Amino acid sequence: MSTPMSTRITFAVAGRVLTQVRRDHRTLVMLLVVPCVLISLLWWMFEDLPGDLFDRFGPGLLAMFPFIVMFLVTSVTTLRERSSGTLERLLTMPMGKLDFLLGYALAFGLLAAVQSALAVAVSVGLLGLDVNGPVWLLGVVAVVDAVLGTALGLLVSAFATTEFQAVQFMPAFVLPQILLCGLFVPREAMPGVLELVSNVLPLSYAVDAMQELVGAADEGEVWRAVAVVACFAAAALVMGAATLRRRTP
Amino acid sequence: MMKNIVEVRDLVVVRGAREVLPGISLGVAPGVTGLLGPSGCGKTTLMRCLVGAQQVRSGTVEVLGEPAGSAALRTRIGYVTQSASVYDDLTVAENLTFFSRVLGVDRRSVDEAISVVGLADHQRQVVGNLSGGQRSRVSLAVALLGTPDLLVLDEPTVGLDPVLRRDLWELFHRLADLGAAVLVSSHVMDEAERCHRLLLMREGRIIADGSPDEIRERTGAADIEQAFLRLVEGQEEVA
Repeated sequence: MSTPMSTRITFAVAGRVLTQVRRDHRTLVMLLVVPCVLISLLWWMFEDLPGDLFDRFGPGLLAMFPFIVMFLVTSVTTLRERSSGTLERLLTMPMGKLDFLLGYALAFGLLAAVQSALAVAVSVGLLGLDVNGPVWLLGVVAVVDAVLGTALGLLVSAFATTEFQAVQFMPAFVLPQILLCGLFVPREAMPGVLELVSNVLPLSYAVDAMQELVGAADEGEVWRAVAVVACFAAAALVMGAATLRRRTP
Repeated sequence: MMKNIVEVRDLVVVRGAREVLPGISLGVAPGVTGLLGPSGCGKTTLMRCLVGAQQVRSGTVEVLGEPAGSAALRTRIGYVTQSASVYDDLTVAENLTFFSRVLGVDRRSVDEAISVVGLADHQRQVVGNLSGGQRSRVSLAVALLGTPDLLVLDEPTVGLDPVLRRDLWELFHRLADLGAAVLVSSHVMDEAERCHRLLLMREGRIIADGSPDEIRERTGAADIEQAFLRLVEGQEEVA
């Protein structure tokens, strides 16, 4: 039982998290419908303007949804686990820290896959987003983004003591990444310092991957960006694991 | 004398600036042991030490011959915290099924645990919609999964009606008859009579240890509440 992780327990956690989400109909509908509505809104907003603005901004938005949503959902749910005592109980059981984290990542990764499939279907099918690369690769990027959001959410939940604080981490951690990811101002056109900052923020690479897929569609470039995002996610998961303590003061 | 399931020696726990347990030693044998004392005397901290959830300054805690918190113990201890540590948005059965999968015990023990705490009729209900007493019984059912050798129950009978309280104490005795050690904390002294053995606790120290009869005899008190008061007064005279 001293193995660091067990697939049985990882799947048990993932299954439980998905059951909880399924039970909460309103959250489920919001998770799946809101991204489709927002991407449509973006398309409509650019409708009367010349050029291919939707093709420029759409991919960035597709990268952001899974990241933002999963960040929020995870930070609140894990905070709830910490404060309700269920986390403490689980850690007195044969639950590895990685089981817990990967279980969450698996559940929210799956949810993100469905969420992105819908948003991509609407963008490509209804709104005419031109994707030069393979469409399934958009899904891969979205899932990696979601896992990144989940991993960061797990990490910051350790530093919040109330759900109120957890929600405040969204403007603190997520908004700067949105501003600096290159969507508003191309990264190379930013002041040098900001460009450097942008280079070490994971969302920049997530947006790069999406834009590359839609635009030049150099698959090697896409995978390189996906790998960077995956590394950030793995690092956040490892740091998150360090914040899960079996023994607390 | 039966071999102790829990051995605590010179245990010191500091929380913040306060020494909650200033060097406590005790043993817990099979049977039902009551850990009685006022709120804030360190009962919960002591229990957290037994399940390996508490950071410890010094001293040793052994459970079933292993250091508390070691991996081998994690399927052998059932732990119930004061507030119900279960998922409010899942049904009773879903909660139990999840924890049984974590523990690696079979489906049958889920049904058993649910019926033993008297929630068979509520198993499809979402826990958040149950009463406080029912929720804490869901939490207790989780602790019973896989028939643990040691049950650590932190005030499991608070807020329950007298009939349920009696039923639960009968359950604790049945579990003890099967060979488990059941450690039950309470700040209600009238629950003392239901225990094989009592540990009276005050300000992080054990002030009496014995069967209810022994403690009453030694202090010449009519009941455990009075015995507790005499022990405290005796301590203060010495000091």
